[in-house]
Amino acid sequence: MKRMRLGLLMAMGLGLAACQQKSVVADPASPMGEQGFATVLRNKLLDAKSGDVIEVPAGTFHFDRSLSLRVDGVTLRGQGMGKSVLSFKGQKTGAEGLLVNANGFTLENLAIEDSKGDGFKISQSENVTIRGVRVEWTGGPKTSNGGYGLYPVLCKNVLIEHSVAIGAADSGIYVGQSRDVIVRNSRAERNVAGIEIENTVNADVYDNVATGNTGGILVFNMPALTQQGDAVRVFRNKVVENNHENFGAKGTPVASVPAGSGVVINSNDNIEIFDNDITGNKTANIIISSVYSTGYKDDKASGEFDPYPERIYVHDNHLSGGGDAPDGLDLKALKLALYGLNGHMPDVLFDGYVNPQRKEGPQICLHGVSGVVNADGPGGYKNPSKDGKPFDCTLPALPAVDLKRG
Amino acid sequence: MPMRRIVTALGLALLAACTRAPAPVQFFAEGMPERLSDWNVVYVADNRLHLNARVQPYTLDSPLFTDYAHKLRTVWMPEGKAAHYQPVDALDFPVGTIISKTFYYPVPDGGHNGDVVLRTADTGPEPDGGLALNKVRLVETRLLVRREAGWIALPYVWNTEQTEARLMRSGELLPLTLLAADGSKEQVDYAVPDENQCAGCHGTDLKSKAIFPIGPKVRHLNHDATYAGRAENQLAHWQTLGYLTGVPAGNLPKNPAWDDPAASLDDRARSYLDINCGHCHSQKGAARTSGMWLDATTHDLLRQGRCKLPIAAGQGTGNRPWDIVPGKPDDSILPYRMGSNDPGVMMPELGRSVVHAEGVKLIHDWIAAMPAQDCGR
Repeated sequence: MKRMRLGLLMAMGLGLAACQQKSVVADPASPMGEQGFATVLRNKLLDAKSGDVIEVPAGTFHFDRSLSLRVDGVTLRGQGMGKSVLSFKGQKTGAEGLLVNANGFTLENLAIEDSKGDGFKISQSENVTIRGVRVEWTGGPKTSNGGYGLYPVLCKNVLIEHSVAIGAADSGIYVGQSRDVIVRNSRAERNVAGIEIENTVNADVYDNVATGNTGGILVFNMPALTQQGDAVRVFRNKVVENNHENFGAKGTPVASVPAGSGVVINSNDNIEIFDNDITGNKTANIIISSVYSTGYKDDKASGEFDPYPERIYVHDNHLSGGGDAPDGLDLKALKLALYGLNGHMPDVLFDGYVNPQRKEGPQICLHGVSGVVNADGPGGYKNPSKDGKPFDCTLPALPAVDLKRG
Repeated sequence: MPMRRIVTALGLALLAACTRAPAPVQFFAEGMPERLSDWNVVYVADNRLHLNARVQPYTLDSPLFTDYAHKLRTVWMPEGKAAHYQPVDALDFPVGTIISKTFYYPVPDGGHNGDVVLRTADTGPEPDGGLALNKVRLVETRLLVRREAGWIALPYVWNTEQTEARLMRSGELLPLTLLAADGSKEQVDYAVPDENQCAGCHGTDLKSKAIFPIGPKVRHLNHDATYAGRAENQLAHWQTLGYLTGVPAGNLPKNPAWDDPAASLDDRARSYLDINCGHCHSQKGAARTSGMWLDATTHDLLRQGRCKLPIAAGQGTGNRPWDIVPGKPDDSILPYRMGSNDPGVMMPELGRSVVHAEGVKLIHDWIAAMPAQDCGR
């Protein structure tokens, strides 16, 4: 029956065409655009079915529009991050290279280069795997580069491993507003933020290398979002010489990160930092701060938001160097006043914002650090303190994140 | 009767009867027909684009900006079926509904001239709802089809002969030159979305991943249109046609036209943001990640962006620290992103390659008129 109806319709189509005495002409092919495998890949993403493994051969494939996928259970797999390259150089539309909104997605063994906006964004998805993926802006660090390299947001159960992010104007590897996350064995270099965990609950960040960024590893909590961050462990990472000039666009939260920041905790509660090698970060190897230091000061607007970093446990790290050339006038002046021209900041810089209502204090517990300076941000940096006593405490270890993947 | 004979007979009948009523609209419960004409919602005859019987044209108070394209919107429902009233979301359309949106540009007076089209305000289709093809260039017709399992979106691109539109699921870029009244020209990379990108806007509920119409909401439809020379409220007309039921008594939600000089600046700006941004920037939409919600139902000023820090804007901040700084449009991120056509900066992310200068001015004026407020450092 259906076939017959189609037949009738075709006949009618012919009839209409005949009325104008013109024949129906084939596709109006675009003179510009994507060719070869690029076209094939776009169609495969449109036609994908759950369980599909879409293979990307070796080679560099150019796209002038972003790619997207909305089907659950798909794997997009290349021949290796140095071999299979999706290039968005000269991209004309789309705010990211690849945009996915699908559960059970795996991206592996390929590279995404030079997207106008974010490299790979996956939003509102569960069971996300990113393995052996490189996202890079090949012209090196520039404010005009895309914001995020790898960008899972609003996701549950995220594994990022053996991946690389280079040149992002915001964060190389960024996990936002997500739950149950592991970022491991990955490398972030020459981004504004190397690895950033933001407004995320239960994250383990370990065995990564963050070097040559403005800030190495950031754990941030921002107001007015879908959830507040909690319970993040940062361990066994190498956070080395993150001294790149900040090239983030003003206004982005990371634009306020001083060059030379190793690990930065901003307004997050329940953070454990241990077993890391953190060296040569010229502002400070570890910074603990509030959103008040990132330009956010409207109390009324913050609503239920907790702007204070609390229950931060730093222990058993290998810390060396750094603190010798802090970025920004306030911090330069602070260093000069407290440590002299040839001195250096201690391992930990705390901006000093605390919740006066909290009787037990912020519970920022520091073990095995060369020292800490409370910069007195609330007092306009006027009365900084080198007193380590308020930081002499211990907290229970946080549990490991279990993605239950067997 | 063998099928071939039916087909032949019908074809001959049609050949002999070009001016007679065409075959009815065809709803396909599955599959993706290759040609727009398979659906028969609109059809080309006598160098005109016609609407088929019971295909109802409609307009929105404020439309989404798409590179100055004009838009012919239609809705069709099966006999005996009607959409059900929804106060906030899109009308609840029955299975079988076909919504079409034809994107077109007027062409210069001398007729079709390569890629040159006119940049003019959209004054709507001709009185019969159709379009004279010597005066316009048809670019694409997008269908939203309500099937049993939900809505699907299908983009059809018109051929240069303007005789047929073909399914273009993978989308494409079409180079056009916009010619303004003052003689200035602007290049456009008109982007036909790929089918997944359709969901980039129409996936208004990020969690369910389902797609929905955006325009046909009560507040966008609640105004007069001209029917056979007589002005009538669109919603009332739809009820008369049997296309809409469940409408409560009393005043219904209404957005003003973004360019209606009789409406307040605030109402006009909110209406503009609602239709251009609210499908993503809402509590349920794809941009809920940003914490900035611009749909008509959001009233919290921080949520609307006042003194709100950006989250993931990257270079899109334009070196400005807050989404909206009341009284200071040049310090606000919102008009900056609206005023850019860099894919890494611009908002909306999809659907335009040139700046809507008039829209940017509206939002600029709106922010400038807000009582000044110091957002902080």
